[in-house]
Amino acid sequence: MNDAQLVKTADPKREGKLGPHGARLSEDAAPGHLAAVGLRKSYRKGHVEIPVLRGVDLHVRRGEFLSIIGQSGSGKSTLLHLLGTLDAPDAGQICFHGKRIDNVPNRGRDLLRNKHFGMIFQFYHLLPELTALENVLSPLLIAQGAWGYLRNRRKHVDRARQLLEMVGLSHRLKHRPRELSGGEMQRAAIARALVAGPEVLLADEPTGNLDSGTGEEILRILRTLNDQQDLTIVMVTHDRAIAAQADRTVRLAQGQVEVV
Amino acid sequence: MYKLLLCWRYLRTRYIALASVISVTLGVATMIVVNSVMAGFTHEMQSRIHGILSDVVFESHSLEGFHDADRHMAEIRRIAGEYIAGMTPTVVVPAMLVFKVQGQWITRQISFIGVDEKTHSQVSDFSRYLQHPTNRRKLGFSLHDDGYDTRDHQAGPDAAPRERMEVAGWKWRRIQAKYQQEIKEAQARSAPPVEITANPFGRGEAAPEEEFDPSREQWTGIVMGIALASFRGHDGADRFLVLPGDDVKITLPTAGTPPKAVSDNFTIVDFYESKMSEYDSNFVFVPIEKIQQMRGMIDPVTGIGNVTSIQIKLHDDANGKLVRDKLRAAFPGEIYGIQTWRDKQGPLLAAVQMETAILNVLLFMIIAVAGFGILAIFYMIVVEKTRDIGILKSLGAPSRGIMGIFLAYGLSLGIVGSGAGMVIGLLFVVYINNIADGLAWLTGQEVFDPTIYYFQQIPTIVEPFTVVWIVAGAMLIAVVASILPARRAARLHPVEALRYE
Repeated sequence: MNDAQLVKTADPKREGKLGPHGARLSEDAAPGHLAAVGLRKSYRKGHVEIPVLRGVDLHVRRGEFLSIIGQSGSGKSTLLHLLGTLDAPDAGQICFHGKRIDNVPNRGRDLLRNKHFGMIFQFYHLLPELTALENVLSPLLIAQGAWGYLRNRRKHVDRARQLLEMVGLSHRLKHRPRELSGGEMQRAAIARALVAGPEVLLADEPTGNLDSGTGEEILRILRTLNDQQDLTIVMVTHDRAIAAQADRTVRLAQGQVEVV
Repeated sequence: MYKLLLCWRYLRTRYIALASVISVTLGVATMIVVNSVMAGFTHEMQSRIHGILSDVVFESHSLEGFHDADRHMAEIRRIAGEYIAGMTPTVVVPAMLVFKVQGQWITRQISFIGVDEKTHSQVSDFSRYLQHPTNRRKLGFSLHDDGYDTRDHQAGPDAAPRERMEVAGWKWRRIQAKYQQEIKEAQARSAPPVEITANPFGRGEAAPEEEFDPSREQWTGIVMGIALASFRGHDGADRFLVLPGDDVKITLPTAGTPPKAVSDNFTIVDFYESKMSEYDSNFVFVPIEKIQQMRGMIDPVTGIGNVTSIQIKLHDDANGKLVRDKLRAAFPGEIYGIQTWRDKQGPLLAAVQMETAILNVLLFMIIAVAGFGILAIFYMIVVEKTRDIGILKSLGAPSRGIMGIFLAYGLSLGIVGSGAGMVIGLLFVVYINNIADGLAWLTGQEVFDPTIYYFQQIPTIVEPFTVVWIVAGAMLIAVVASILPARRAARLHPVEALRYE
């Protein structure tokens, strides 16, 4: 089950060879592949630089359900943010469909996040001013201008309703997030992440704030999506039991990825 | 689309932001009110000034004036005839007015103006301000039997009536004459025949040889400024010291050097009320021939008189300054002063204009201060919305879109604030007199005292251009104030923003 395509890179000097590596990587890359090579990222606290990722290599195959485990502070969320182009690495490359995506201009990364990646978070991150349905629609609202959206409104709303039905939230369309339970919010967040038809779902501790029963449900939904729609899922968690639900698990420790 | 949706939701859920635009609302409303009232006052004042001054005034520097008005007028017509609608000669001279009220002599300093009754109404709105309807149609200097206005024809229906004016005219003159006659007879019976001036008007220095019968005859008629003859009581009603039909004495300097004082009796035939207190308490009009004759301004050989000024009325579309400059080029400036009516009242008009400008600057400052309020509250909202901004970015919203949300938010607050301000301001202007009355009733103190301003009501003019300007300016300030917070929001790092708990 776990035939990890994992490259261990302890040697920081490898950084210098990244250029040719990247080229080689693009040739190798299978379609739908999301790959990270030699990722480095550190944070600054005052004058102290705290390295979080020290050369992470990770390949995610198309249709794979990958979980990344690690202790809190191990940089799992940072890695996920880097994969989702929310943040830029200090060094290293991220490739999607064989093309580098870590260095494209802002507009391109906005488009990637909007159309190709769906994200769900531990704290659901729904917009409190919008109803569940509007929250689900928001990626489509962002993708299109007022006119374009209004022309296709019926189609979009139908899609959002279908997704909400799929996650079992069809009775909560007009409710604001604060009127929903944690599980319901997370289900709305999943529907939102799927509405634009992404290829990859990036989940950051999706069950971290839920009781185990509700967490199970969320996981079941993710599992179903992966099985039935062949959706590539990268899930970050600190819980081994939850990670075990994935096809493959890698561990992030000391800023590097190791196979479990 | 999400920008509009979010902006709309923020508007509906964040009332604190609406509180920040209250100051914009108040500023806009105040500016509209102040500008409308100032424009109203300016317009009212200009029309009154213009009502008495013709478009261009051609005058002599000396009190003796210049000889032969007709020749001058022909020359003026030759130079700028195509612009000129009418001309009239006048003589203006400082003089003393004396009349008797309840046994006391009252003396007033006046400008005594000789006008040509045939042509004067062509050049100014003078006759519009008279109290007898016939005089308003055609100026005349003979006393009317009665029919003087008993209420101010220029004021609204709620102005206090002038009941005393009902008896004005020959009716009043006869009553007075009869009364004086009775006093005289009574004194003649009870006292030895000493020379007593029972009726001072009947026995002036210039008394004719024949006995003057005040009940059937009048002296030369004068039109007197209404503020010379009356005062406004605390109740807003006018109290008259003299009425049309009463006699007065006027003393004026002759034209020679050194000037000697000459006096004569005159009969008041009408009042003049321009509502410019400066004019109403200063001007007395008389036929020009009378003044020329009294002052010795008529050449005994040719019979042609001197005048001190020529009032020139221009066609509506003519440029007063152009005509003035043409005339200035043609006539020597040492002898003739040539001014437009605006020149003559320049300092007053300039003062009003400056007041308006300064008030506008001050009020705009208030709106600018409101802008800082918006800025502060917007900053708070951006901080509060940090996480939402992170979410939007994670969903692929571009920085520009995030900025757009907050700019649109600022603009909509500006629209709401200045729109409300515009409505309040315009309503205030429309009902300003009711509001003034209401305030007067509430505080027991007259807000707008007609005795000071001589207007019954607060004049207002709403200039659409000014309103548009004010509203647009306020909106601009709201948008400008939201630029900084919007930029901050746009620059937020999505990861930082999402971590924000």
